[in-house]
Amino acid sequence: MADTDDLERPAPSAPKPASSGRDWAAALGTPAPAPEAGFMGSALYEKGRTVHNKRIDGPFRRFKWAVMLVTLAIYYVTPWLRWDRGAYAPDQAVLIDLANRRFYMFDIEIWPHEFYFVAGLLMMAGIGLFLVTSAVGRAWCGYACPQTVWTDLFQHVDRFFDGDRNARARLDKAPWDASKTTRRLAKWSVYLAISFWTGGAWIMYFADAPTLTYDFWHGTANPVAYATVAILTGTTFWLGGFMREQVCVYMCPWPRIQTAMLDEKSLIVTYKDWRGEQRGSLKKAAKNPEAYGDCVDCQQCVAVCPTGIDIRDGQQIGCITCGLCIDACDKVMAEVGRPRGLIDYATLEQCEAEAAGAPAQPAWKALLRVRTLVYLGVWSAIGAGLLFALGTRTHTGLTVAPDRNPPFMLMKDGSVRNAYTLRLRNMQARPRDMELALEGLPKGAVMWTEAVSLENAAPVQVIAVPANATKVLRAYVMLPPGAGEDDDDLPFAFRLTAQDEQHETAREETSFAMPGDDR
Amino acid sequence: MTKKRIDEPTGTETVGHEWDGIEELNTPLPRWWLYTFYATILFAAVYVVLYPAWPMIDRATGGTLGWSSRGDLAREMRAADAARAGVRAQIAATPIEALPANPQLMQAAVAGGAAAFKVNCAACHGAGAAGSPGYPNLNDDDWLWGGTLTDIETTLTHGIRWDANPETRVNFMPAFKDMLKPAEADAVAAHVLSLSGKATDNATGAQLFADNCAACHGPSGGGMPAMGVPALNDAIWLFGGTKADVTKQILAPRHGVMPAWKGRLDPVTIKMLAAYVHSRGGGQDPAPAAPAPEVAKGAAPAAKAKTDG
Repeated sequence: MADTDDLERPAPSAPKPASSGRDWAAALGTPAPAPEAGFMGSALYEKGRTVHNKRIDGPFRRFKWAVMLVTLAIYYVTPWLRWDRGAYAPDQAVLIDLANRRFYMFDIEIWPHEFYFVAGLLMMAGIGLFLVTSAVGRAWCGYACPQTVWTDLFQHVDRFFDGDRNARARLDKAPWDASKTTRRLAKWSVYLAISFWTGGAWIMYFADAPTLTYDFWHGTANPVAYATVAILTGTTFWLGGFMREQVCVYMCPWPRIQTAMLDEKSLIVTYKDWRGEQRGSLKKAAKNPEAYGDCVDCQQCVAVCPTGIDIRDGQQIGCITCGLCIDACDKVMAEVGRPRGLIDYATLEQCEAEAAGAPAQPAWKALLRVRTLVYLGVWSAIGAGLLFALGTRTHTGLTVAPDRNPPFMLMKDGSVRNAYTLRLRNMQARPRDMELALEGLPKGAVMWTEAVSLENAAPVQVIAVPANATKVLRAYVMLPPGAGEDDDDLPFAFRLTAQDEQHETAREETSFAMPGDDR
Repeated sequence: MTKKRIDEPTGTETVGHEWDGIEELNTPLPRWWLYTFYATILFAAVYVVLYPAWPMIDRATGGTLGWSSRGDLAREMRAADAARAGVRAQIAATPIEALPANPQLMQAAVAGGAAAFKVNCAACHGAGAAGSPGYPNLNDDDWLWGGTLTDIETTLTHGIRWDANPETRVNFMPAFKDMLKPAEADAVAAHVLSLSGKATDNATGAQLFADNCAACHGPSGGGMPAMGVPALNDAIWLFGGTKADVTKQILAPRHGVMPAWKGRLDPVTIKMLAAYVHSRGGGQDPAPAAPAPEVAKGAAPAAKAKTDG
C-alpha cells in the first residue's frame, strides 16, 4: 500500500455522499491549481494529465480481458472468413461492396433498395444500447466500446515498455536521455504498428481481403484504401495512444446521453460511503475504531482507474463502469480482513436500502424491471420483424416506369402503343430466365422489347437476366385498333416469373394510356 | 472587482465575478482543445492566402493557388470530352447502317442523341419527340422521307424545304383554292377521310381524287413515304384529321420546314441524333432485299439524288 496517489489533488473538504448527483467538476477532472499568469488573470486551459493506471487482477479485469480478446478477434478475423456463393458473387463472408452496391453478410445479401434492413439494424443497435444501459448501466463504455478496448490495449503496451504506474510516472518526469528516448521510440513504434493494423483491417471489409492485401503491398490498390489506412492509423495512434480518457470526458456524446438515461434503478459502480466513511488509515482506525469506517484510504481504487477518477466522489461522467476499482478494493478488503464490496456494482436504490440497514442485494436483482423488459420487447420486435422480412423476401424484383412523354403513341393502322422502362432484378447469384407477362389487358395486346422485334411481339416474353444484377429494359406494349375503351387509361400489371424451381414472381401494377379524344 | 475563491462544495475555483450572489465556476478547456482552436485559426489564415476568400468591391481576392469553381468546371468538361472522344471517333468511323450491329456503340449513340435532341430538336418536336400539329411525331411508324437510319440521317443533314441547302428534300402540294369549288373540296375531303374509315365515301370526291390527287398520293391513298408524300389512309394526320383540317389542307396546303443541320452540328452528333430518333420505337429496318452495308453506303448518294428531284 506504499503506492499512494501522486496526482495533485486537493483533499475533499468534506466527505460527500455517493448519491450526491452528477458532480460535473469532478467529472471533468480535478482542476489544476490556477497558473500564476493567464488571460485576464485566469487560466486559459487546464493542464493535461496522464493517467498511469496500476495493474490489477480480479474477476472484472479478467472479464475485460475476455471481452477485449473477443472483440479484437471479431474485428481482425471477420474479413478473412470465406463463404461460398458460387461463381457470380464474391466469396467473402462479410463484405460491404460499395462499388457494386451490395452488402454481404454470410448467407444474407442486401441490395440498396433493401437498405431498411441496415436501418433496422441501426435501430436495434440504438435500442440495444438503451437496453444494455437500463439493465447494466454503462457496460458498453466499460467493456465493449472501441475507444475503451484500444485504450486498454495501449495501456498494456505502456506497462510492457515502461513498467507499472509509479515507474511510468517517474519516466514521464525523467529527462530525455538516450534510454528514455529509445524506450519512447520503441513504445510509439508498437503504438503505430497496432494503429496501422487497425486501419489495415478496416479496409478489408470493403474489398476482397486477400486481393486487397496483395494490391496494398504492391502499391496497386485504390488510393482511397491508402488514404483510409493513413487516416485510421493516425486517429488510432492519437486517440488510443494519447487522448484516451479525454475522448470519453470531452469528445464522446454517449456519456451525456447515458447520464440522462441512468436512474435510481440503474446498475452503477458505487462506493458505499455509509460503510466506508470516515475513511482513515489502519493505524488511525486502530487508535480510534469508533470514528472510522471501512475505507482505509489506500487510494488503490484511484490508482487502477483507467480514466483517473476517484470513485468515492460519487457518480461522474468520467466513470466508464469497468469495475477495476471493485477488483482493487476487494483485494485490499481481503488483505485487511474486512468484507468485500465496499466499492461494488449496485443501484442507487439498493444503496439507500443498504444504508438504511437492509442486507446487501446481489447486483443481478436489478436486471429485471419494467423499463428493461420494454426495451427488450421493442428490440426483439424489431429483430423478429427483420428476420421475418428476411425470410419472406423474394430474390426477384420488378419496377415499371411508364413513358410520360409521350404517354401513348398512335400508330399508322390505329393501334395504340405505350412504352415502359422496366427494371428486372435477379438477386440470385446465378443467371436466370424470367418470363414477363401482361396481365389484365384486352385480347390482342402484345409486347416487344429492344431485343425482341415487333414481328415477334407476343403477350409473354422470356428474358435472360444476368446473375446478381438488374436488367433495364425498354418494353413496348401495343393494343390493336379498337381494343379497349377510347377515353380511359387501362389498368394492368406486368408479372415477372423466374423460370427456375422456385418460380418466384414479382408483380407491378401500372396503366396503359389511351388517346381518348385525340384518336 | 474580481474576487477569486475556491467554491466549497465542488472544490473548484470561481472566475471571480459575482452577480447578486451568483458566481461562475472556472472549468477551463483542456490544453489540446485550446490548441485545436489555435490550429483552426492558423488553417483559416493559410486558407485565406491560398484560396479566394476576401470580398473586395467587384470580386474576391484570387488566392495564390489560382483555384476557381469555374476552372474546376472547365477541367471537368475537358475531362468529359476527352472521355467521350474514343466513342465519338468510333461512331464517326462506323457507317450509320452498321451501328445496330454494335449494340454498345448504338447505345452510346442513342444516349448522345437523346442529349442533343433536347438541345436542338425539342423546340419543335417536343421533349418526348411526340411532335404537335405540323411537326411530325418521331415515335410512331409513319415516316415522311423514310424511317431507316440512313433516311433519317439524310433528312437531318439536308433538311426539308431548307433553301440554303442544295441537297435539301423538297416536294410540293399544289393549292386547290382556285381549282375546286367549296362543295367539291368538301367531297374530296370526305373521300380522303373514307380511306381510313372515318367518313362515308362519295362518287364526286372519288372521281376528283382520282383525277387530281392519286398521281402522288396513290389511288388508295397510300402515299409515297420515300418521297415525303403522306399516306392518307392511315390514322396519322400531320395537320389534323378532322374534315375541316383536311379541307383546309386541300385548298391551301401548309408545308413544314425542317432545317438542314449540316454545318450547324458535326456529323457525329447528327449520326447520334438519327440513332436516337430511330430508337424511339418506330424506326424502320432497311428492306430485306437491301444490299450489304458497304454497297448500301455507295448507293445512298444515288438515292438522295433521286429524292432531291
